[in-house]
Amino acid sequence: MVQLFDFISIGTLNIPFAFQVDQLSAIFMLIITGVGFLIHVYSTSYMHEEASDQYARYFSFLNLFVFSMLLLVLGANYLIMFIGWEGVGLCSYLLIGYWYKNKDFSTAGRKAFVMNRIGDFGFLLAVFWMIQHFGSLNFGDVLGKAAGMPLNDKVLVGITLLLFLGAVGKSAQIPLYTWLPDAMAGPTPVSALIHAATMVTAGIYMIARSNILYTLAPVTQGVVAAIGLATAIFAASIALKQNDIKKVLAYSTVSQLGYMFLGLGVGAYTGAVFHVMTHAFFKALLFLGAGSVIHAMHHEQDIRKMGGLKKQLPVTHWTFLVACLAIAGIPPLSGFFSKDEILSATFSVNKIYWVIGVLGAVLTAFYMFRLYATTFLGKFRGTEEQERHLHESPRAMTVPLVVLAILSAVAGFIGIPAVLGGTHQLENFLSPVFAGSVALQHAAHPDHTTEYLLMGISAGLSVLVLLYAITRFSKKPDMDSPGGLGKLLENKWYVDELYDMIVVKPLHRVSVLLNNVAEKMGIDGVVNGVGKFVSYGSRQLRLLQNGQVGVYILIMVAALLILFIIQLFVL
Amino acid sequence: MTINHYIFLSVALFCIGIIGVLTRRNMIVIFMCVELMLNAVNLLLVAFSKMHFLSASAFDAASKAGTDAQLFVFFVMVVAAAEVSVGLAIIVMMYRNTHSVDVNFLNRLKH
Repeated sequence: MVQLFDFISIGTLNIPFAFQVDQLSAIFMLIITGVGFLIHVYSTSYMHEEASDQYARYFSFLNLFVFSMLLLVLGANYLIMFIGWEGVGLCSYLLIGYWYKNKDFSTAGRKAFVMNRIGDFGFLLAVFWMIQHFGSLNFGDVLGKAAGMPLNDKVLVGITLLLFLGAVGKSAQIPLYTWLPDAMAGPTPVSALIHAATMVTAGIYMIARSNILYTLAPVTQGVVAAIGLATAIFAASIALKQNDIKKVLAYSTVSQLGYMFLGLGVGAYTGAVFHVMTHAFFKALLFLGAGSVIHAMHHEQDIRKMGGLKKQLPVTHWTFLVACLAIAGIPPLSGFFSKDEILSATFSVNKIYWVIGVLGAVLTAFYMFRLYATTFLGKFRGTEEQERHLHESPRAMTVPLVVLAILSAVAGFIGIPAVLGGTHQLENFLSPVFAGSVALQHAAHPDHTTEYLLMGISAGLSVLVLLYAITRFSKKPDMDSPGGLGKLLENKWYVDELYDMIVVKPLHRVSVLLNNVAEKMGIDGVVNGVGKFVSYGSRQLRLLQNGQVGVYILIMVAALLILFIIQLFVL
Repeated sequence: MTINHYIFLSVALFCIGIIGVLTRRNMIVIFMCVELMLNAVNLLLVAFSKMHFLSASAFDAASKAGTDAQLFVFFVMVVAAAEVSVGLAIIVMMYRNTHSVDVNFLNRLKH
């Protein structure tokens, strides 16, 4: 822990500008800088078409993003964390709206910013509440004082719920998730950065950092788990019918984030952080792979116009396949271990949640392999012009893909659970951070037979669904617009339209009303009225100065008479 | 003759002067009307001076009451004489420039 200087010092409240490195920050720093570095390397090639000043702008935003995220995970109190928190919000706005000349893209950037602000509002309130209740914002003080509080203390529940609101905004959970799919407007490496290494993991980090508070507030934990699970299954269902390669990945991110929150909600903090890490690898890989495909297809993103890219893009194809297997939870790739850890913790808390979680995992396998089969297998369905130009991406793009593919494949081995004969090195590494929560939880692990069974069920179902998806979509991808439920899913359950109707439109109407009535009639009326009155009054007064000396004297005499009358009769 | 006669005469003269100034356009006539007003005031001053002196000398033969008003009349006359010289000079200059002594002719400042 390094203290640089006193940032805010008022009365007894003292907030130092301090950094802190512990096991949790270290893991996140490695993810951010590691994946961030690969994305930077990839970007040098992906963005080479941009003009040099735009290129510079892109990289300065990208680095500001990484800087903010590092500030977020390094801060030793909630305020420094909040500075980083706001920083990533700003950078996401700048990068999503990077091609600001396209109105849809800049609108998407604005949407991300506004949605984030709603969450930030909760975070900020929680920070104030902490100052009021604990008199400090340092992690050490707050978490230390909180550890002595009773279970489900009202203040703790309030603070954790408000912090969770912040996490919901930043990590795209129901109901504030709609910005993340729209964030696809930015360049693809940015999507990879937002979805994998930075930004959306901030919420997970914050909750993992405050794990004691959450463990002591089971009410909030229930809310976190329920929202996480709902998001996981809801987003997975939407991803089933999306046809934009990046949209599918975006909804899969939302869904995976839901799993992480489910993990946090059931107290599997290590599992959630583990999943953040493995997800960072395979999701960055998926996005960069998608970027490579889009690059090869000359900015075509509709998977219905792809197909058969296996031959032309061998490196992209193999790495993408690894990432798909990893995210689908096929052993022994990384996704299997992290997802399984969350699911087995869920099973020991609530069996129904586990069933829904496995259903979500199966859906994940389905939509990922639908994406994979439609893009890489079968026949090419684009134009001939596109087919002639198909090419594997340059080395600067494929090398990060390969590195990430290796990481996606092997990252799971640092967290092999005891039941499979491993020692779970990650859990041991992180144990100082989560020690307080672990001591409080005494979670009953399911016995080994059950655990084998659970793993078998989730992995087995995923494999079955995966094979089904490959056979079904490699030959005959669904090209037509679906009807019924499919249409509902394709249109994302009409959530955007719903928000538009109940929030955006009424607000818009109120502002139009204010503009027309309050602004034009009220404020403009007063300002213009003053001007009009003065100019009218002076025009009338000017008539008195008519140049006729007689009139002047008449007025003078009349005024004298009036003064006399006042003097004599009134006073 | 009581003081009332003097007051009536003086007020009548003053009103004639005011009405003349307000209604006439000939500058010389306006000028004379101004003189009329000045002299109405002078007349009133002298009348009151005399009244005060009479009432005061009934008790004290050596009284000097009212002399200040008479002095003031001389003062007004001096100022009026100065005013006449300036005013007549203005009228002469105006006549040289406009060949007229009509005051309404002098309204060009408003433009």
